[in-house]
Amino acid sequence: MSDGPITATHDVLLVGGGGAGLRAAIAIAETNARLDVAVVSKVYPMRSHTVSAEGGAAGVFAADDSLDEHAYDTISGSDWLADQDAVEAFVQEAPRELLQLEHWGCPWSRQPDGHIAVRAFGGMKKMRTWFAADKTGFHMLHTLFQRSLKYDEVTRYDEWFVTRLLVDDGRVHGVVAIDLISGRIEAIAAKAVVLCTGGCGKVFPFTTNANINTGDGLALGYRAGAPLKDMEMVQYHPTGLPFTGILITEATRAEGGYLVNKDGYRYLQDYDLGQPSPTPVLRSMELGPRDRLSQAFVHEVEKGRTTDSPYGPVVHLDLRHLGEKLIEAKLPMVRELCLQYERIDPVTELIPVRPVVHYMMGGVHTDIDGATPLAGLYAAGETACVSINGSNRLGSNSLPECLVFGARAGRVAAEYASTASGPPAVIVDQARDEIRRLERDLLSGEPGTERVADLREQMQTTMEESAGIYRNGPAMTKGADVLGELQQRVRRVRVADPSRAFNTELVAALEVANMLDVAECMLQSGLQREESRGAHQRTDFPARDDERFLTHLLVHRNADGTARVERLPVTITRWPPGERKYGR
Amino acid sequence: MPDTIRLRVSRYRPETDPTPHWQDYDVPLRRDWTILDGLNHIKNQLDTTLSFRWSCRMGICGSCGMTVDGEPLLTCGTFLSDYAPGPIRVEPLNNFPVIRDLVVDITDFITKLPRVKPWIIRDDELSLDDGEYLQTPEQLDAYKQFSMCINCMLCYSACPVYGLDPCFIGPAAVALAERYDLDSRDQGTKERIEFLVEPDGVYGCTLVGECTRACPKQVDPAAAIQRYKIKAAKASVLAFLLPRGAR
Ligand SMILES: Cc1cc2nc3c(=O)[nH]c(=O)nc-3n(C[C@H](O)[C@H](O)[C@H](O)COP(=O)(O)OP(=O)(O)OC[C@H]3O[C@@H](n4cnc5c(N)ncnc54)[C@H](O)[C@@H]3O)c2cc1C
Ligand code: SF4
Ligand code: FES
Repeated sequence: MSDGPITATHDVLLVGGGGAGLRAAIAIAETNARLDVAVVSKVYPMRSHTVSAEGGAAGVFAADDSLDEHAYDTISGSDWLADQDAVEAFVQEAPRELLQLEHWGCPWSRQPDGHIAVRAFGGMKKMRTWFAADKTGFHMLHTLFQRSLKYDEVTRYDEWFVTRLLVDDGRVHGVVAIDLISGRIEAIAAKAVVLCTGGCGKVFPFTTNANINTGDGLALGYRAGAPLKDMEMVQYHPTGLPFTGILITEATRAEGGYLVNKDGYRYLQDYDLGQPSPTPVLRSMELGPRDRLSQAFVHEVEKGRTTDSPYGPVVHLDLRHLGEKLIEAKLPMVRELCLQYERIDPVTELIPVRPVVHYMMGGVHTDIDGATPLAGLYAAGETACVSINGSNRLGSNSLPECLVFGARAGRVAAEYASTASGPPAVIVDQARDEIRRLERDLLSGEPGTERVADLREQMQTTMEESAGIYRNGPAMTKGADVLGELQQRVRRVRVADPSRAFNTELVAALEVANMLDVAECMLQSGLQREESRGAHQRTDFPARDDERFLTHLLVHRNADGTARVERLPVTITRWPPGERKYGR
Repeated sequence: MPDTIRLRVSRYRPETDPTPHWQDYDVPLRRDWTILDGLNHIKNQLDTTLSFRWSCRMGICGSCGMTVDGEPLLTCGTFLSDYAPGPIRVEPLNNFPVIRDLVVDITDFITKLPRVKPWIIRDDELSLDDGEYLQTPEQLDAYKQFSMCINCMLCYSACPVYGLDPCFIGPAAVALAERYDLDSRDQGTKERIEFLVEPDGVYGCTLVGECTRACPKQVDPAAAIQRYKIKAAKASVLAFLLPRGAR
């Protein structure tokens, strides 16, 4: 099938070369060396957002720890919305995956005797977070990338942007993508496609996420017919730097940092998170879960106990008592970032912080092996919702999730691809349609009227106003109306840049269209969930309601482009829903 | 402080421009704005056709390297106010083909990377059931510095040798080879040396040290090259002294 728009064919094609994508690629290469694997990524793989992860990766390791305890922390942290079979598989396989990375060369921090060191993390009752100083994601990603270079059977499409999945009769057969350097638009056929496209923090104005986190995979899957699950569950991280949104890792608090309000008071003690102690206590105070800490911040603002900054109210993170030696050894990047971006030294000064959009618990609905309801389509990493995170992810569970479910999805996709037949002829027409759409609508020089930056900014403000740390029905309805208008306007988006070479305006236009679909799903799902659970706090429905909402919400796309929300039961195996207790 | 600063940006579109040319933009001069914030202001408000790479805006993804007033820098970590009153010249990285505006082609580096075999090589692999390879904090420290490279290409941009001879493997790739060589879990030095003593390997380097000065992550690639030269010299002497297989 070398003629027409299809320029290449692979057995398995991974969209995304971050932690999940590269782990999947290696898993496939190691499962069946005869399979032809391709990684398509809009940035060079080692630039993927996994590179920014700081704090660490959880996996039971210490003798006093157990898989059940990791499972319980994860499930209670999720406010019982996680699927417990998935969590059990996750906690079981995480340590082995982290160990595998050790064998591949990841420079994990060590104990003096040479064994792996683990640290505390928010919401975790035991020390089980592996770390590579505070550059864990950076080291994991480079280790995976360098290891992947060993396998000749992995073909890479670096700096190719996927715009569409090719689907026929409920089966996925490949993608259309733009080679950013040349601007050529091509179709790549594949028997199986795995979406590993990461998060979508850029839907909001203030986020720890990188510029590339625009939820492309969510939009690709959704438009192809795969439902999105629990999209209302958006995690705010309690400690981002004002203005930039750069993350100050939870590891600062695991090492003993305090959160204080404008009176120097450790305010978390007022929010049912335990009593302050000079040294960190697991699952207590500063080591409570992220949803509860971010909510406490909002109450501090209401009480007038925060400090004003040019970028809104802030509280402070105090690391001074930890001393220079510990900060340099375990939190060097935090110091580097504070010095560079805030011009303050955490050894002697307080760090101003505020909650900031960080992570999407929701994503493309998959089963425990990463399979979506569409044949031939899989998803893993932040873009997928298996779900082990439910309504609130625990810090340091995401990196191992990328490994565990990246490997699982890779293996299952490989198995499927080794028996599946090649693509049917109809996808050639689909590919032609997509190429025509891109060329006619976006690159023909026909002047659109809507500026990308305006659309993006209005979407972001709308989302901040309607889907913040606290939400309510009327605000979400209003937000959904604005998004509806933006959906109309994005059809007239203007790409003034006529050049084919590295056209970043074209990319930004496609990304904003993707983000609008994602944002819409968040609000539609959020409107349906009339309760407060984890990250989804509704002032009009302030209590958790297990009777009606111990259930996932799946957003499907109707033929006319509107969203339809359905329910899917949560899998409970051994841990019946209970109260979330922290610090007591 | 004046409220704007001028960015003099190198523009190049392969379809229409025979050569790069300058274009001036005035951007707000704010205390916490970086060069990258200035470029994004241009992209969002003044001229949507300007192309440049960026992603993490926190100095870790390695995308945003450019030449600022003649010096290779990460633009997300370089502040406008440090250049007041301006103007500030912003150009693509040196020593790479320019694709478009501030975007350069680094394919050469990407294809060179696998040649230094940047992965753990062992004669006997430990099974996962046997747990981790032990590595003391001191053993970790031995290679840690060389593992900090973010592939930002500032060192290649600063390297006069790479500028003259693009076949030269270059600073970051040698640093990476050294990173694995020094890792107590690795036994692959011999395989890496074979490639690095070839003409395109470490010998191209004249040890001017520009790479180390340019590196934003204190990787010190010049030291890696130096160490490799010594190692390679020893290895070639050894190879000479050892008995030959076939006579
Ligand atoms: C600042 C920060 C710190 C964090 N710290 C931690 C931590 O300490 N511990 C933890 O467990 N988790 C942490 N997380 C979360 C964790 O890092 C992420 O959830 C995880 O790395 C996501 O990995 P991924 O492989 O799913 O996606 P990514 O690493 O984001 O990769 C996405 C890939 O998809 C590609 N892609 C996207 N769209 C397209 C397209 N249209 N066409 C082609 N390619 C495309 C991109 O190029 C990229 O290669 C942190 C997150 C942030 C933001
Ligand atoms: S060695 Fe330093 S300058 Fe060179 S690519 Fe690596 S981080 Fe950049
Ligand atoms: S944008 Fe990532 S290093 Fe500058």
